[in-house]
Amino acid sequence: MLATLEGLLQAAVLTLIALGLSLVFGVMRIVNVAHGEFYMLGAVIAWFVASLLSLHPAIGFFLALVISPLLVGLVAYASERLILKRLKYDPEATIVATIGMLYVIQQVVLIGFGPDARPVEAPFYYRIRLPWFGYSAYNLFVMAAAVVLLIGCWYILTRTRLGLIMRATQFDSETAQAFGIPVDKVYGYVFAAGAMLAAVAAVLIVPIRQAHYLMGLDPLLLSFIVVIIGGLGSLRGTVVAALIIGLSDGIISVFFSPTLAKMLSTLLVALVLVFKPEGLFGAKAR
Amino acid sequence: MRQHSAFKVVGLHLAVIVAFFLAQFVLPDYHHLAVTRVMILAIFALGYNLLFGYTGLLSLGHALFFAAGLYGAGLTAFHLGWSVPAAFAAGVGAGFFASLVIGVVALRTSGVAFMIVTMMFSQVAYLASLYFTTYTRGEEGLVMPEAARHFDLFGVTFSLTDPSLRYNIALLLLAVTLIVVLIVVRGPMGRVLIAIRENEPRTLMLGYNTFLIKLKAFVISGTISSIAGAAYALLFAYVGSSFASIQYSIEALLFTLLGGAGTVLGPVLGTFAMFYLIDIVSGFTAAYLLVTGIALIALVLFFPKGILGTIRERWMTWLP
Repeated sequence: MLATLEGLLQAAVLTLIALGLSLVFGVMRIVNVAHGEFYMLGAVIAWFVASLLSLHPAIGFFLALVISPLLVGLVAYASERLILKRLKYDPEATIVATIGMLYVIQQVVLIGFGPDARPVEAPFYYRIRLPWFGYSAYNLFVMAAAVVLLIGCWYILTRTRLGLIMRATQFDSETAQAFGIPVDKVYGYVFAAGAMLAAVAAVLIVPIRQAHYLMGLDPLLLSFIVVIIGGLGSLRGTVVAALIIGLSDGIISVFFSPTLAKMLSTLLVALVLVFKPEGLFGAKAR
Repeated sequence: MRQHSAFKVVGLHLAVIVAFFLAQFVLPDYHHLAVTRVMILAIFALGYNLLFGYTGLLSLGHALFFAAGLYGAGLTAFHLGWSVPAAFAAGVGAGFFASLVIGVVALRTSGVAFMIVTMMFSQVAYLASLYFTTYTRGEEGLVMPEAARHFDLFGVTFSLTDPSLRYNIALLLLAVTLIVVLIVVRGPMGRVLIAIRENEPRTLMLGYNTFLIKLKAFVISGTISSIAGAAYALLFAYVGSSFASIQYSIEALLFTLLGGAGTVLGPVLGTFAMFYLIDIVSGFTAAYLLVTGIALIALVLFFPKGILGTIRERWMTWLP
């Protein structure tokens, strides 16, 4: 039971991160290797907001939930305008540039934040006590928040004009341009939005896991796995795959060592990408 | 004209090798060792460049082949007590097989998928080196015993603890690699590789089996990388997981980009420049990887052809 709940928690956070990656890949056709660093930056900024202002933990946390994604979005937007746009989204050049961004963000945080892991206080402590076991209410809050955010994303993507513009750009950017959609602006905002999703996930999880300058690497690989299994750019696939990976990661780790579990899942995903590149749940490539 | 340019090309590469040879007599101890390392890493970058610079395939997993050579040589020497030449051959053999198997699988993909697949395979190898920690001791790594640092050849005993022998072995390997790469890229195969880089469907249409040629390039590139790995394990007597990490793949990419992708001497120059740049910066800060990041971004933004690529474009069009 506890393992399932931990798995669901992992899945909730992973879905948000992977959705950001998937959105950026889907609309812009670029692989953002720095995505995990936006997640890390989100957690680190949350620590700064929560600890430097020395307010009540709850106020600090909710302030961080607003400020951190905004700042991360700003960083992402600036780097998109200054770097990726100038590379004209060439796949090879952008992947090299985002690798560079990964190092720059990570090392700047190392200089400014230091090599220690630092905790952020949860906004509330409450244990739900059931006759057979107790569980932290905050963890349930994280899952609920992730579900709300996902429904929000789904609504925006499928039911609003904004979502229509994004889907049009994803489907065929040249035609979208011809119909007067400012594709260039859409790219900038989508890149920022993808990073902000990762930052929100980070703020939500940072009271449970600590903020650390290397915390972005594991979620990066996991969200690659999720996005590939789920099919690139498919929202439903991403959610399903994140649930599978999040849950199975916890369960597999019970039977195998975590390293072996990671090894096998990475190998499996590499083979999926080779032999079934549209993903297990994605539609056939257009 | 062609004869004339071939003369210049051979002359230039000979001059580079001779310069490295003469450098050992004037370099102080610290730089003597540093240049030995640079030469081994340059072999790695030369292998990488054959695939990235000439064939246009961006691999993010070449650390795997370096590590195959490293562990192939290191584990056989450490656990089985193989002699230095045998362990070296084991490392290169491991690299050859690894690149053949992974090449067959990974070359089914192209573009972004190829980059991610190679990165993931290399991550699997990295995790494997952590998982089999009984044999590899993971991050901590293995230090070669004293016995694995001597070998007899033609009745003479060589000791790899001797810095000047190490330097010259590294130089010999670098020279051989340079010559092999030069022969490959200036020969018919090199022309087809460049044709694939520029336009693969057209090359296919002209009747070339592009998959087979790409596989050949992949295997040569991987095997050269494993030569660097095997030599690193035996010369510097250390084998550890960090050499299999993604960061190591990215270093090969960075060395190649800096020196000039698709130029024969570019990777050597790039390795030399980057090695010393990081050496200087890490004297000031622990966050020396910041330089790696900035260099990657600056290179793709402002300097995509690298040092030698730009020189070739502006002044020395005959440069291979």
